[in-house]
Amino acid sequence: MQTKEFLKQMVEATGVSGSECRVADFISRVYGEVCDEVRSDVLGNVIGFKQGAGDTKRPTIMLAGHMDEIGLMITKIDDKGFLKFTQVGGVDQRTLVAQEVVVHGREDLIGIIGLKPPHLMAPEDRGKAIPMRDLQIDLGLPAEKVRELVSVGDVVTVNRSFMELGSDIVACKAMDDRAAVAVIYECLQELKKLHHTADIYAVATTQEEVGLRGATVSTYGINPDIGIALDVCHGAMPGVPEEDTAPMGKGPSIAFGANIHPKVFEQLTKLAKEYNIPYTLDPTPAGTGTDLWAMQVVRAGIPTALLSIPSRYMHTSVETVSMTDVKLSGRLLAYFIASIDAAFVEGLLCY
Amino acid sequence: MLLKKLSEAFGPSGCEQEVRTILREELKDHISEWQRDALGNLIACKPAAAGPRVMVAAHMDEVGLMISSVDSAGLLHFHKVGGIDDRVLVSKPVLIGKGRVPGVIGAKAIHLQRPEERTQVIPHRSLFIDIGAKSKEEALEKVKIGDYVIFATQYGELGASMAKGKAFDDRAGCAILAELLKEDYSFPLYGAFTVQEEVGLRGAGVAAYAIEPDLAIVLEGTTCNDVSGIEEHEYSTVIGGGPAITFMDTSAVGNKAMIRELVRLAEANGIPYQFKGTVTGGNDAGRINISRAGVPVVAVSIPCRYIHSPVSLLSLADVEHSKALVKLFLRSIEGGFRV
Repeated sequence: MQTKEFLKQMVEATGVSGSECRVADFISRVYGEVCDEVRSDVLGNVIGFKQGAGDTKRPTIMLAGHMDEIGLMITKIDDKGFLKFTQVGGVDQRTLVAQEVVVHGREDLIGIIGLKPPHLMAPEDRGKAIPMRDLQIDLGLPAEKVRELVSVGDVVTVNRSFMELGSDIVACKAMDDRAAVAVIYECLQELKKLHHTADIYAVATTQEEVGLRGATVSTYGINPDIGIALDVCHGAMPGVPEEDTAPMGKGPSIAFGANIHPKVFEQLTKLAKEYNIPYTLDPTPAGTGTDLWAMQVVRAGIPTALLSIPSRYMHTSVETVSMTDVKLSGRLLAYFIASIDAAFVEGLLCY
Repeated sequence: MLLKKLSEAFGPSGCEQEVRTILREELKDHISEWQRDALGNLIACKPAAAGPRVMVAAHMDEVGLMISSVDSAGLLHFHKVGGIDDRVLVSKPVLIGKGRVPGVIGAKAIHLQRPEERTQVIPHRSLFIDIGAKSKEEALEKVKIGDYVIFATQYGELGASMAKGKAFDDRAGCAILAELLKEDYSFPLYGAFTVQEEVGLRGAGVAAYAIEPDLAIVLEGTTCNDVSGIEEHEYSTVIGGGPAITFMDTSAVGNKAMIRELVRLAEANGIPYQFKGTVTGGNDAGRINISRAGVPVVAVSIPCRYIHSPVSLLSLADVEHSKALVKLFLRSIEGGFRV
């Protein structure tokens, strides 16, 4: 499967934090084709294993990209059959108005989050964003039918199809962070052409958006020699300070700071230069706000690194990423894995 | 399905060509005489020797956007075409120009916002459309200044005999009018598919001038706010409640004899109906009403929740009932009803 097609099917699948099973099933199936073995754990992480060459002392490298997406959760079904909801992860209430959604009840139901007619709004409210508590989902069904099909606790996603904007930029919901799962897939494809001694654990993690929980337990289970997280960072756009962003289409952004092992960082940038892979730097003094923050302090501590794909409009339903960035990141990751041997891993303890 | 085709057609005010084409194609076996004018109205003529000249109108145009400039980063800035609340624009896919170039209207990530920003409306002047272009030059290879923009919304059926889609205001009216025009009548009937309703009822006035009707019915997709959180006495219409007859709005006072006849026909034939509960807003009826020496008018509307936004909701039963009621009214004119 082409990486773009894999990404398309992933972002169109449902997987709100804590309810990742549908996207997880799909990823398991595809990882099954490129890994030696695929398993999952108690929190639903999908773990693909690919063995390295060599009999002894194979280093283990864990690659983590989270497959969960932000979304909504039903909190109340009112007398008229309208649904009230809360957010799962960080949702900007302003992105929900006039949105088509899918309520994942006993069956998938299309609904609309509508805007009340402006002439019925108090004049002082017309210039304000509508608070999430005043929004509701309309299923176009009578209340008794709604109660039959929907329960409090059901999750909701925006009804969005994958879009190709020009030849390189793609847009949809859930690019954060399935673009990273696509990077890992690209890397696994790339590795078919390379010799690597390291064992690879390709992990699609759960519950990142609500507290990095999938990464915490999967890292414990794998106990890797090196842990690399893949995530999105803010793509450069007007109205956002340059220092908070990375340009789209110019390769991965490689983070540096307390959350990252300096030698792993060094190795990544060295290889990028060697193989002419463009990249940008992402200086991050403390928390990276990614799975990596949890991974680093698992068990007795894990050497870590972070590659990020620039994405515009993060946490909206029209997040964009560049396929060039996905490909370049996958390639760099593959060269990195191919370069790792037992001696490198040993060196990570020598500060 | 005609309503689906019409709902998904590209036709902001002043750019109604696609809708005209769909309607002409749909009616090619039924209409032999078409009248066109300088503004782009499409008038289906069904001439007859005797009887009152009857105009039935529905507008083809929809609200949308228009590209106003392209910046150095390759992002497109836009004007609004017709009445759109800025709040419905954020986080939506759109299609630009007749080539339907896909784009998205994004917003700054929540992580980068100050908490107070999240309570403020992002004015459309601060929003832009991203078509994946990396420079002004690259963007201008795909789009041009002045291109119209529609929401990328697909028609679909859901719930209990409901349909969702964009532009039901007033493609629902167009779909009903097209069906009515497939039948023959003993009086001269003019089916006017009008332009530019959303930017000031521009098309209907000139169409009525040309047609010189003795009476007119306007088919409209109208507001519907029968949702939780709104007091019942504030409802404009109720979805599934049948065609909404307008007594009065800001544009016209409905002809009382016509309203009485519509009510009589609905009750005699068991067709649900309702009166529009609010007097705000206006439609093509206002212009037709004051054409030449004056024309008796009434608006019959299909309730549409969330109009003027990327996705609205209507009841397919309301569409059927509206069509049935207006058809009965036209038959009643054949039977001798006069204003």
